[in-house]
Amino acid sequence: MRENIRGKAWVFANDVDTDVIIPARYLVTDNPEELGAHCMEGIDPDFSSTFTRGDIIVAGENFGCGSSREHAPVALMGAGCACVIAASFARIFYRNSINVGLPIFEAPDAARSISRGDEIEIRSSEGRIINTTTGESWNFPPFPDFLQDLIESGGLIPWVRSELEGRG
Amino acid sequence: MPRTLASAIIASRTRQKAVEGEICRVRVDFAFANDITAPPAVRSFRKMGAKKVFDPARCAILPDHFTPNKDIASAEQAKTAREFALEQGMLYWEQGRVGIEHAFLPEKGLILPGEVVTGADSHTCTGGTLGAFATGMGSTDLAAVWALGETWLRVPETIRIVFEGRRPPWISGKDLILEVLRRIGVQGARYRALEFGGPAVKDLPLDDRFTVANMAVETGAKTGLFVPDETSLAYASARAARPFAPVYPDSGAGYVETHEIDVGGLQPLVALPHIPSNVRPAAECGKDPIHQVFIGSCTNGRLRDLEQAALLLKGRQVHPSVRCIVIPASPEIFRAALERDFITAFTDAGAVVCTPTCGPCLGGHMGVLAGGERCVSTSNRNFKGRMGHPGSEVILAGPLVAAASALKGRITDPREILSEEEFQPLEVASDA
Ligand code: SF4
Repeated sequence: MRENIRGKAWVFANDVDTDVIIPARYLVTDNPEELGAHCMEGIDPDFSSTFTRGDIIVAGENFGCGSSREHAPVALMGAGCACVIAASFARIFYRNSINVGLPIFEAPDAARSISRGDEIEIRSSEGRIINTTTGESWNFPPFPDFLQDLIESGGLIPWVRSELEGRG
Repeated sequence: MPRTLASAIIASRTRQKAVEGEICRVRVDFAFANDITAPPAVRSFRKMGAKKVFDPARCAILPDHFTPNKDIASAEQAKTAREFALEQGMLYWEQGRVGIEHAFLPEKGLILPGEVVTGADSHTCTGGTLGAFATGMGSTDLAAVWALGETWLRVPETIRIVFEGRRPPWISGKDLILEVLRRIGVQGARYRALEFGGPAVKDLPLDDRFTVANMAVETGAKTGLFVPDETSLAYASARAARPFAPVYPDSGAGYVETHEIDVGGLQPLVALPHIPSNVRPAAECGKDPIHQVFIGSCTNGRLRDLEQAALLLKGRQVHPSVRCIVIPASPEIFRAALERDFITAFTDAGAVVCTPTCGPCLGGHMGVLAGGERCVSTSNRNFKGRMGHPGSEVILAGPLVAAASALKGRITDPREILSEEEFQPLEVASDA
């Protein structure tokens, strides 16, 4: 099970696309730190200099829409993003995040209520998001069983490894 | 239970029930990556402890994004991709023989009706044109498919789009899908599939259908499917690299939504910055000057698109302050455009013609925008900074609007250049 997460919220609107999370011109590497240095610069040029390792991204609907680049969740992790809470995620971004180990939480009410700078705590095992600044809290639904297995086995890479071992 | 096309295809490739919403383990027929997404896939493949791809004839790498290599870093990526492909004996084509993946693979008969196809590229949904459940994913997901020959898919609910009426020759597939985006928005089909049908599809050239399916992902959809018909089956049969069995939806299948679009009532459309659903009639958007026009990409770099552009550009001159860049999406299309003298028409008009590549579509090379520049592009995304500087603007349009805009130096409805009769040559479907 994932550990609890605590961090300061950065809030973004709907439809944050992968070209904004990491522009294509930087896709000549898949090194997390190099990608992280340019993360979100399309929306906020100062992002990488002011975002602090352990901070949390909170966004509206359809976070991560656009290209299939796995570099998007990797760039967020490289920038030190602890997790993303959104009203909803674009489907490829959702898969990619699970695969590369970026924690994501689909929680529309939390996503709409949290303000920039709020201190947020996520208690994964309880399925709870707590805004320690305002005292509000919300539940988020568990992942479907199959994805829960995938997450618990450490992501897609270890999962495939054990599948391959099973096949001999 | 009557099935939609999406659920019927998944059901044919899984041992599970494949009811909507269920996550299924699904057998994959074909899996590919490009020069950007292959290198991370290769690294994930190795970390998985995999030694061999599940079937080298069903796995491919296409160097199409930053190629011919734009700089040293992209050359290194292309090299990683190539060396893995050669090591594995997978399908691989060098520049000069490769095209943009979503145009090239159907041409090679590698995406076929009834199949499940996964690509490490979001516009893999283009393969839905032929009735394949074709869907984009990330590099690690793709590596898992290469290793196992299967993936997991949540069986999506389906939105049905019904195209009605008679399509005038100045209306193309791009206008159809922009109208869909105008109506349902960029997340109208998130986690869902689109199924396109209706009487206007019969006379919609295959190249226009590719454009429609290509932008299904812009609505958030997993894939955008056309039901196989005579046109698509003839194309697939003539090219098929392996046997295939088309799959059809059941009558009485349940759709979460149905949208009817009268194509006879459409005007040439554009999507203004910075989101593909910001759709307006081209005729209303011609106030400000533009600096570049790009005709190409996996959306609109096919022969029918070039034919449309040539109809306008032939014998005319690109506006003096506009760079017009034309990029055929594959060598086969390039050759056909040469034979039909489209290439001469473009160069005589003052346009640049480049070798098949994604190039400017993703702000890669061969047409990157400076701050403040505005580009009318036949590609599929106009996100902030998509084609270069974050302060540049991309306006999405079909090839007729793009070519008309190149001539006028501002966003232009093609009927401003040609009378309605002069569009007659486009009445004849010419999909190669
Ligand atoms: S042409 Fe553009 S959208 Fe299509 S695959 Fe290439 S980069 Fe992606």
